[in-house]
Amino acid sequence: MAQFDLNDDSLVVIIGSGAGGGTLGNELAQKGVKVVILEAGDRYESADFVNDEWASFAQLAWKDMRTTSGTWRVGKDFPNLPAWIVKAVGGSTVHWAGASLRFEEYEFKIRSTYGALPGANLLDWPISLAELAPYYAKAEDKMGVTRTNGIPGLPGNNNFRVMAAGAKKVGYKEVHTGRMAINSQPRDGRGSCQQIGFCFQGCKSGAKWSTLYTEIPKGEDTGNLEVRPNSHVVKIEQDAAGKVTGVVYASPDGAMHRQKARVVAVAGNSIESPRLLLNSASNLFPDGLANSSGQVGRNYMRHMTGNVYGIFEKPVHMYRGTTMAGIIRDESRNDPKRGFVGGYEMETISLGIPFMAAFMDPGAWGRSFTSAMDGYSNMAGMWLIGEDMPRETNRVTLDPAAKDKLGMPVASVHYDDHPNDIAMRAHAVQQGSAIYSAVGATRLIPTPPYPSTHNMGTNRMSEKPRDGVINKFGQTHDIKNLFVSDGSQFTSGAACNPTLTIVSLAIRQADNIARMMEQREI
Amino acid sequence: MREIDRRTQFSRRGFLRTTGAAVPAAAIAGTSISAGAAWAQDAKAIAPHAMATLVKAARDIFPHDHIGDVFYVRAVTPWDAKAGKDDAHKAMVTEGIARLDADAQDAHASPYLSVAWESDRVALLRGIEHTKFFKTLRADLVVSLYNQPEIWPKFGYEGSSAEYGGYLARGFDDINWLPTA
Ligand SMILES: Cc1cc2nc3c(=O)[nH]c(=O)nc-3n(C[C@H](O)[C@H](O)[C@H](O)COP(=O)(O)OP(=O)(O)OC[C@H]3O[C@@H](n4cnc5c(N)ncnc54)[C@H](O)[C@@H]3O)c2cc1C
Ligand code: SF4
Repeated sequence: MAQFDLNDDSLVVIIGSGAGGGTLGNELAQKGVKVVILEAGDRYESADFVNDEWASFAQLAWKDMRTTSGTWRVGKDFPNLPAWIVKAVGGSTVHWAGASLRFEEYEFKIRSTYGALPGANLLDWPISLAELAPYYAKAEDKMGVTRTNGIPGLPGNNNFRVMAAGAKKVGYKEVHTGRMAINSQPRDGRGSCQQIGFCFQGCKSGAKWSTLYTEIPKGEDTGNLEVRPNSHVVKIEQDAAGKVTGVVYASPDGAMHRQKARVVAVAGNSIESPRLLLNSASNLFPDGLANSSGQVGRNYMRHMTGNVYGIFEKPVHMYRGTTMAGIIRDESRNDPKRGFVGGYEMETISLGIPFMAAFMDPGAWGRSFTSAMDGYSNMAGMWLIGEDMPRETNRVTLDPAAKDKLGMPVASVHYDDHPNDIAMRAHAVQQGSAIYSAVGATRLIPTPPYPSTHNMGTNRMSEKPRDGVINKFGQTHDIKNLFVSDGSQFTSGAACNPTLTIVSLAIRQADNIARMMEQREI
Repeated sequence: MREIDRRTQFSRRGFLRTTGAAVPAAAIAGTSISAGAAWAQDAKAIAPHAMATLVKAARDIFPHDHIGDVFYVRAVTPWDAKAGKDDAHKAMVTEGIARLDADAQDAHASPYLSVAWESDRVALLRGIEHTKFFKTLRADLVVSLYNQPEIWPKFGYEGSSAEYGGYLARGFDDINWLPTA
């Protein structure tokens, strides 16, 4: 395994080892580029994971202080936990469920397709589906996505079978067990899904793709990649000419280290990445690094989300098997006749008793709540996820008062639902309810959004430097050798889960960083 | 469909993880919630009457008739140790219970513990719903009650499954009552 010197200024330094950072690191290493990934969290392996919701949360989740404001319900229910993100090697690909869908063509062009929506800051991506399609194909192959590359779909569990039966009765057509980065048969040295049912807690069988045990060890095997866990970057440094020169990071004992770099790529997820840029303000960039547009931290997206659980006369045992066990895609289209632009997906979800109690209706108590809990074994559940509207005022800023234990201002997340999000949620809840009612639900439980798992948009891509933070390669408009490589690149969020797109962008970015380095552009 | 044995099984693991001071089930089974109970008498920082009232309120906040008192006792027991270490916490509990008892005296001429009907006690809890005491108690309980592995089977939840090879051969798709299209 490689070990690089702190003063080695020929390196690409990547901040974060999740979907974006872990993939970029491996791709560059495969091309012979020397890379250090600095990861704030610790390194765990599959054997360390626990099938226990709170214990796993304590082990893996990002629990450092964050603050919130805005009218979103998450801000009221979880004022210091706006997002559910992993702080460990592998990032949120340790927790993720594996749903891997491509954007539709129109979803790269929402300003052209939806028009100018009041109260929203819509913009077309500077790239099209055609440009990303070859990289989607590479990502699907890399991640072993079911229903691509001749890989069969996963078998449907009880939770899926309830949803599918209801969907059929309601008249939905595109209903299946999803495109999942979970092995339905052994592939790439990993076994097939054992239907363990703790996908959110780290897959103990390794059937689910995670950069932790795919990209990262593959990159390390080349001798070109070093992953440094427990290395929390607090600042990106810049020289007088405006180039970034390296980063300062803290080890767990609080000691600071300076790692030099030729190129820096930020991939700390859409809350920490803008926070780091804002905390790295310099003489040249008093409002935050690479923030001449003022867009760093803005246009924060988290998807329109919500859930419907149905209770039935007979048992379901929804927790058995894959958490996201299937999908209904019929509503994932732009049909403004429904009363909103953009679309949404319906995907099964299941929580265990501990998380169900905490997230079913935060703040609730009494018999209405407990009798719903008593119906747990007869419950089926679906998650509703759709495109939310980017708004300038939905943003990550530095909290004026709260600081983390390293003395750095924490991220404050402001979010207000756009009327479009509210209309879409109402529609989705109504459709979800119809599905479970069609197969005999005796009680419907529409539950509010959970802390954000899909965080996007806070360093968005734009054609013109004034509209966003980065160009079509993820390179900041302001600083040539500074890149953004995670979900914060998203110009818009689409109806579907983001990770396949993050991975595709990272593969594409690796090609371009390697090219620019070779041509001495950076 | 493979159904689940819902009888309580006390595992050593559960004892160790859910309470600081382990409460033996036998000491509680069948007893009612009262200040005379051993677990209430054993409390060090919180008076027995207040301890018993906390447990009663816990049950009224999250009532599950198929779950024994022992689990509510365990969920609340850590509050005693916390009160021992943290004066502000102790004051919050003492004042919170005093207020609840005062409200109960006004409405029913008896302390909260002795108000006979759950619906009457719930009305009293609604009256203090906005207080820090109530909010803290509810927020703690939603974890300390439901995170006890011994109660999971009572809800039909099986918990950790990796050590049994997951559900691939244990009923992940055994539903048998859906309409066949
Ligand atoms: C429960 C759950 C289920 C999900 N299911 C799905 C799904 O089915 N499909 C899907 O597409 N997506 C899913 N997601 C979302 C998916 O995990 C994320 O979109 C994706 O991992 C984001 O990639 P990223 O590179 O932006 O950030 P992450 O993968 O979160 O990686 C960021 C990493 O950066 C590190 N970091 C942050 N700041 C610093 C710093 N200052 N210094 C050093 N390191 C730092 C973090 O510790 C973290 O490891 C799910 C997420 C969760 C939580
Ligand atoms: S259900 Fe499959 S993917 Fe999910 S944790 Fe279990 S083995 Fe892994």
